[in-house]
Amino acid sequence: MGPWAGAAMIQLNNLTVSYRHHPALHHISGRFDKGSLTAVVGPNGAGKSTLLKSLVGVLPWASGAVSMAVSRERIAYLPQASEIDRSFPINVFDCVLLGTWSTAGPWRGMSRKLQGRIESALHQVGLEGFEARPVGTLSTGQMQRVLFARLLVQDAELILLDEPFNAVDSKTTQSLLELVRQWHGEQRTVIAVVHDDAQVRAFFPDALLLAREVVAWGRTPVVMTDANLRRARSMAEAWDEQAQECHTDAVLAGAHSGVAP
Amino acid sequence: MIDSLLAWWGLLADPFIEFSFMRRALVATLALSLSSAPLGVFLTLRRMSLLGDALSHAILPGVAIGFMLFGVSLTAMTLGGVLGGLIVVGLAGLISRSTVLKEDASLAAIYLVALALGITLISAQGTQLDLLHILFGSALGVDSAGLNLVTGVASATLIALAALYRGLVLESFDPVYLAASGRRSWVWQQGFLMLVVVNLVAGFQTLGTLMAVGLMMLPAVSARLWHDSLPAQLINASAQAMLAGVSGLLVSYYFNTPSGPTIIGCAGVLYLLSLLAAPGGWIQGRLPQKHRVA
Repeated sequence: MGPWAGAAMIQLNNLTVSYRHHPALHHISGRFDKGSLTAVVGPNGAGKSTLLKSLVGVLPWASGAVSMAVSRERIAYLPQASEIDRSFPINVFDCVLLGTWSTAGPWRGMSRKLQGRIESALHQVGLEGFEARPVGTLSTGQMQRVLFARLLVQDAELILLDEPFNAVDSKTTQSLLELVRQWHGEQRTVIAVVHDDAQVRAFFPDALLLAREVVAWGRTPVVMTDANLRRARSMAEAWDEQAQECHTDAVLAGAHSGVAP
Repeated sequence: MIDSLLAWWGLLADPFIEFSFMRRALVATLALSLSSAPLGVFLTLRRMSLLGDALSHAILPGVAIGFMLFGVSLTAMTLGGVLGGLIVVGLAGLISRSTVLKEDASLAAIYLVALALGITLISAQGTQLDLLHILFGSALGVDSAGLNLVTGVASATLIALAALYRGLVLESFDPVYLAASGRRSWVWQQGFLMLVVVNLVAGFQTLGTLMAVGLMMLPAVSARLWHDSLPAQLINASAQAMLAGVSGLLVSYYFNTPSGPTIIGCAGVLYLLSLLAAPGGWIQGRLPQKHRVA
């Protein structure tokens, strides 16, 4: 999607994800380019988290196709803060170490080199000296830093962040955004659900505005117009128990085969 | 001085030196402590503390069928129990993966059906007392076949737990991350639940249902009050279970009380002490706290 050229990292083709036959997202088509930095924006219930979850394979999609130019092991996903059990007895070092899961798996040992990587990741997020702290004793912002350190260790090509700056103070947000910028500079593809419009305009070259379907997708200044944002707000709230079945898929299929539905 | 030490030692060791049934009970209890208390720690961490209880009921129809087909045979009943438990766990996992029900809800539904089936089968058999006696075994009645079962299961469990450890930690702490990594994440949960089933069946038939569930859960719950790190909690839980086992056997020997309930009673006393004195317990929470500058 969009007027710019580049290799596709993710190609979405008429993706629909539903909860009990009501679409959380439908008929999403488009592409995320390799090395792009995209903010996913939209009102609550617009399907932003749903999109990320289905990209990463945690949620099954109802129809459509997703093709990715990256293997599962090279994708990193940061869920919303509430999905992690912070009372679990694990310390900061081990938590960051779990970032090696996709390469080290359940059995491979830890090397001196790996230990160095963990330490430098903790240094980058400003948490050196916190290695032995149980995660239960951290503040929300510190926990988010730990999870960013884990993302650093994961060394992924595609990074999906779900509301990474929620309930995080502005200083922490700034330093985490700095990491996002660094990933962008390293040609990694980053897709982040973000609520702060000003932040989107300042940091994200591309934006995807969702309201259960694509309202606008492309360069941020083109997407984040008042008219588009208003349109997204008015679209998102509809939930109709008796809504008719959606026939767009059949229409699309008919158009492809040249037969009227 | 030396004399009184020797007298104490005699008091502690004589019952085991003198009677082989006490020795077997001791070994079985220690083995079960080693393997099932760590499983209990993982259960509490996953907020599945009541699962042990539920599963011990789910095992019933399998044991009953084993008994109906082969009579009083430890092997048949054990295999029946393990199979029954695995079917229940597998079904519950399948249901929670493919419907909106959560793991605990689907398990609760299935174990109730299994329990009903088990009771029906046992009543149809007529010789209820026999079977119930075998079902709810006693620590002092452990024979060498039962001892082999418990120690074998304990050894296998510890090895399996070591192999599953990293995946289990990740799956309990951050299941979404594991699911997103693309490997089959439910394998860890299912493997873990199988270990729980096998331990319950082994403990259940040799030592009794109360012992099997009690040694799994009580020390695990108290261990959480003592430590912030998982390895420490695992070791603490096993140690508490072993301590409760030894002291329970001695108390039951000298005061002629039933062994299983006495052992669990001792674990209960340790729990009470932990509640009061542990860092996460009541007294520490009430003391005026000094804090550091950073």
